[in-house]
Amino acid sequence: MTEHQASEHVHEVLPPILELQSITKRFDNVLALHDVSMQINPGEVHCLLGDNGAGKSTLIKIFSGVHQQTSGNMCLEGASISFANPREARDRGIATVHQGTGVLPLMSVARNFFVGSEPTRGKGVLRRMDMAEARRVSLEQIQALGIRRVEDADQLVGTLSGGERQALAISRALYFGARVLILDEPTAALGVREAQTVLKLIRRVRHRGVAVVLVTHNAYHALAVGDRFTILIHGEAADSFVQGERTREEVLNLMAGGEELEDLQLELEEIDAEFTPSA
Amino acid sequence: MIGSQPVSPRPIGGRHRLRRMIYRPEFGALLAALVVYGFFAWGTRGNGFVTLNGTASWMNSTAELGILAVPVALLLIGGEFDLSIGAMVGMTSIILAAGTTHYELPIGISILIAVLVGAAVGLINGFTTVKTGLPSFIVTLGMMMAILGTSLGLARTLVGSPIVSLNTEGFFESLFASRWRQFNVSILWWFAVAALATWVLARTRTGNWILATGGDTQAAREAGVPTDRVKIGLFVAVSLGAVLVGVIQALEFNSGDVSRGTAFIFNTIIASVIGGVLLRGGYGSAVGAVLGATTFGVVSVGIFYTGWETDWAQLFLGVLLFAAVLANSFFRKLALSR
Repeated sequence: MTEHQASEHVHEVLPPILELQSITKRFDNVLALHDVSMQINPGEVHCLLGDNGAGKSTLIKIFSGVHQQTSGNMCLEGASISFANPREARDRGIATVHQGTGVLPLMSVARNFFVGSEPTRGKGVLRRMDMAEARRVSLEQIQALGIRRVEDADQLVGTLSGGERQALAISRALYFGARVLILDEPTAALGVREAQTVLKLIRRVRHRGVAVVLVTHNAYHALAVGDRFTILIHGEAADSFVQGERTREEVLNLMAGGEELEDLQLELEEIDAEFTPSA
Repeated sequence: MIGSQPVSPRPIGGRHRLRRMIYRPEFGALLAALVVYGFFAWGTRGNGFVTLNGTASWMNSTAELGILAVPVALLLIGGEFDLSIGAMVGMTSIILAAGTTHYELPIGISILIAVLVGAAVGLINGFTTVKTGLPSFIVTLGMMMAILGTSLGLARTLVGSPIVSLNTEGFFESLFASRWRQFNVSILWWFAVAALATWVLARTRTGNWILATGGDTQAAREAGVPTDRVKIGLFVAVSLGAVLVGVIQALEFNSGDVSRGTAFIFNTIIASVIGGVLLRGGYGSAVGAVLGATTFGVVSVGIFYTGWETDWAQLFLGVLLFAAVLANSFFRKLALSR
């Protein structure tokens, strides 16, 4: 079975793994999210688009247990659920990889991969880290995401590129049981090539049947790998659609708030006029 | 299928092994130790520095520094300082001297009391640091003052002097203060502490937690590392190291002295830093601290064999510290840029 067929199959059959129903989040008097509903499906990349301050971070913090909604309902595999803290969310298979990724640059790839969950062998005072296992598994998992340049598990993570560090963080989350992977602006700090590396590994993760939530304000990156899209504007789901239903221009317009972009065009023309020598 | 491609680790050849050695945190310290030893061995040839007695002389001096530098290195790697160790060395010697001389307790009981006090001091340092979020530099500075004051007060009240004499024989004397020729048994303690620390840091999951906690406490905590427990444990280990040195010195010199340990505060940090431990945490090794202490010991003792004014030893150590830190920083950048 090819990877493409596999994904089509996943699309049709599986119910949403995570579902938000009319989520509202209020901080004191500030309404951060208002009546947001969305579905996160296994084997799909769900892009969460929006300008800074649109509520993307608040939304993923509700997913990952950092915040709790003021009203509305969250369902994990059909059952209503609420996470008291990030640990609970992680234990239920919801992992967040942030831009900084939480890796330790002065530790080796193998040591980073297993921080907090080290494999051990031996008993009692002779209990020790199973370094051979740590090396083997970490390389295997990172390379399975298509990152071939990482071939020495003893090299310091500080020697890896931004994309490779993302791969380390993502492969670690998957290895420890993530079924929903939330990626917070994974391409924001990266160069063009590195961003492509990350987009490719997102595609691989999707083909493994993992549900990916991709938070970004880069419409190009979103349209390249997304299956389903939700655009947030001022805390509300302004639009939601599936791949192919909107053109890039429409998406860019929506994200910028439509009219604002037209206004900008007019203002730019006014500036041009100032610099045009009058006849 | 995904994940089924064979993983081929880089073949490890001779050249690769050498490169890997260069990338280790203690490589600069190894060079420093060899260069400094070579310098004094050659520069003082004929004066007895390389004889058995000369070797015993610098090893004895190094051992006590090394016993304490090793746990201090682990604490630095874990991202914290402890300035109270010097005072703890002094207090231990006072507890032993006052306990055996004034209260006529068996020496074993006095040692046990010192161990308990040391553990309590470590726990207080640790808990205060992780619970208040204050810099350990400040917390342990306060602790240092508190311990110095207490030891001084105790010694004066009980014996009327900050220096208390002590006489022991038998098992504990041979355990902590016996010699073979000119070599003190403290050298064996040093090796034992270094071996234990190397095992913990390089081989156990606790070691991984220490590196992670010092590298980025927040990231380590998010990954499930009990960072508070790691730090508290390290403070206790350092404090117990100070007790061990205090016991050895009290039995060796047959006296307790409140201010005896003061030199350890900075010398252990210097030894660690020469040994490639990163002062802001997250990087370093126990072997590095051993090599750093060795370099320090060779310089402080070697200077006697040159016939120069020993006043110059500090200058030499200052320059050495600076050079070693530059070298370590160079090798660390090399390891990060391959």
